[in-house]
Amino acid sequence: MFDDHNKIRNEFPILHQQVHGTPLAYLDNAATTQKPQCVLDEVINWYTRCNSNIHRAVHYLSQQATEKYEHARRTIQQFINAQHTHEIVFTHGTTEAINTIAFSLGETEIQAGDEILVSQIEHHANIVPWQLMAERKNARLKYIPLTTRGELDLTVLDDLLTKKTKIVAINHVSNALGTINPIREIIQKAHQQNIPVLIDAAQSVQHLPIDVQELDCEFLVFSGHKIYGPTGIGVMYGKESWLDRLPPYQSGGDMVDVVTMEKTTFNELPLKFEAGTTNYIGAVGLSRAVEYLNEIGLQNIQSHESRLYKYTMAKLRELENIEIYSNATESTAAISFNFPNAHPSDVGMILDKLGVAVRTGTHCTQPIMQYFNISGSVRASIAVYNNTDDIDQFIDALNRAGFMLQ
Amino acid sequence: MHQKLYIYQLQGKENNQVKTIEEVQQEIIEEFSIFDNWMDRYNYIIDISKDLPLIDDKYKTKENLINGCQSKVWLHAHYNNGKMQYEADSDAIITKGIISLLIRVLSNRKPDEIMNSDLYFIDQIGLKENLSPTRSNGLLAMVKQMKLYAIAYNAREKQASN
Repeated sequence: MFDDHNKIRNEFPILHQQVHGTPLAYLDNAATTQKPQCVLDEVINWYTRCNSNIHRAVHYLSQQATEKYEHARRTIQQFINAQHTHEIVFTHGTTEAINTIAFSLGETEIQAGDEILVSQIEHHANIVPWQLMAERKNARLKYIPLTTRGELDLTVLDDLLTKKTKIVAINHVSNALGTINPIREIIQKAHQQNIPVLIDAAQSVQHLPIDVQELDCEFLVFSGHKIYGPTGIGVMYGKESWLDRLPPYQSGGDMVDVVTMEKTTFNELPLKFEAGTTNYIGAVGLSRAVEYLNEIGLQNIQSHESRLYKYTMAKLRELENIEIYSNATESTAAISFNFPNAHPSDVGMILDKLGVAVRTGTHCTQPIMQYFNISGSVRASIAVYNNTDDIDQFIDALNRAGFMLQ
Repeated sequence: MHQKLYIYQLQGKENNQVKTIEEVQQEIIEEFSIFDNWMDRYNYIIDISKDLPLIDDKYKTKENLINGCQSKVWLHAHYNNGKMQYEADSDAIITKGIISLLIRVLSNRKPDEIMNSDLYFIDQIGLKENLSPTRSNGLLAMVKQMKLYAIAYNAREKQASN
């Protein structure tokens, strides 16, 4: 909990503006989070004072930039408690990280008839790369189904994990429903059969403390922009043994060791997976965002958000005629709902004019929408800077939208 | 006031045949000019959506569906006595209200009028974002489709007269 929550709110300049003549209540945080002043300053400062391509040159600026980039890697390593710094690979985001693992694993580990296990609650980014790989390799994609509460049905997990399963890829927190999935249990069951597990932590690192050694997952991926950092930067954590074992995904500069016209040998970890000029300033910005989270404390964030989530849920349940799809026992940050007689985009458009930013549509999770037999939903998602005023404004706006659209 | 405006709008519709696209657009801009806030504007759009000649269920086919990411739009066009007639529907009510405005401006007109029309009223009444490619509600694609139908019938007409 925060003694002075306004202090945190004041660190995010974008929140202090009016939209359509009303104060902004930004509740689209699962799509992207806003950036604190310290992250904005860091990015500008780094471009202003020290921009130079990393790992390339002997000159002063390049060495400074390289050092800062590698410092960012250490910050991330400590943040998720990875054993080694070189287990942290910078990517463009979660999507690129999953594509990398799906492609590389597919190249060397997957034979025709093998199985990949995902779930029905995944973001498209954790379905489509596996589907494409499965098609290329004649493998099969299976999934853990949903229950009506918006939770994963683990009763079928034992049957789904077979001798042919080569990887399990699952999200920690659902972007559409906010469900916290029982990843410990899934990891444990997969490991009993020596199956590696990828955790999509895009919707969890900003809300819950993560310790990859404690989780013991083989891979964990997340995006910078959802954790108060810049866009275009993300993280792919992999256990050293697995990153060593997998072939590179993209190739080009920086990821090579010796190149002749006939043959190339590859650089060591983590550079093997960082082809071309990486978003090194993005990495520095992300590192600053993580430091910021460390300063205010993830435990504090967790308790603030949990309180606000309960407040929001209670207020939503008071509304008449609302259908809430987020009913999992363990959940955080995101809530999906509809007025049964109103199209979500109508609700979203009215809310927008009342200063409330929410997401409407399928949230890149069409299988979840298909499961609930809806064309889409309205999703509100909270972040550390949101307060009860935001929620009250949101609920008032919903009341008006509900009345107008009934 | 709201009620009155609604009647005015319906009357305007009856006289549509004699008014040019330009005149109907001006009429709509005038109607919207009395609203000074978004909720009134949306309430009006929701109201006129209920007035839209619904598309016959037999035309709510896959071929007539314009799929936006946010909402669905069905458009059916037919050609009668030298004029285009449009029927449309949407699963989202604000989209449907905007469709009703578009139909009021474009339906029951000669193809060449439609082909050459500049629909500036959308911008003037503050609904421009609804016809932006990023909104993906099917409206922009619908306007394109309405014009394409007009172009097709215009070409057919020319061919027939040659």
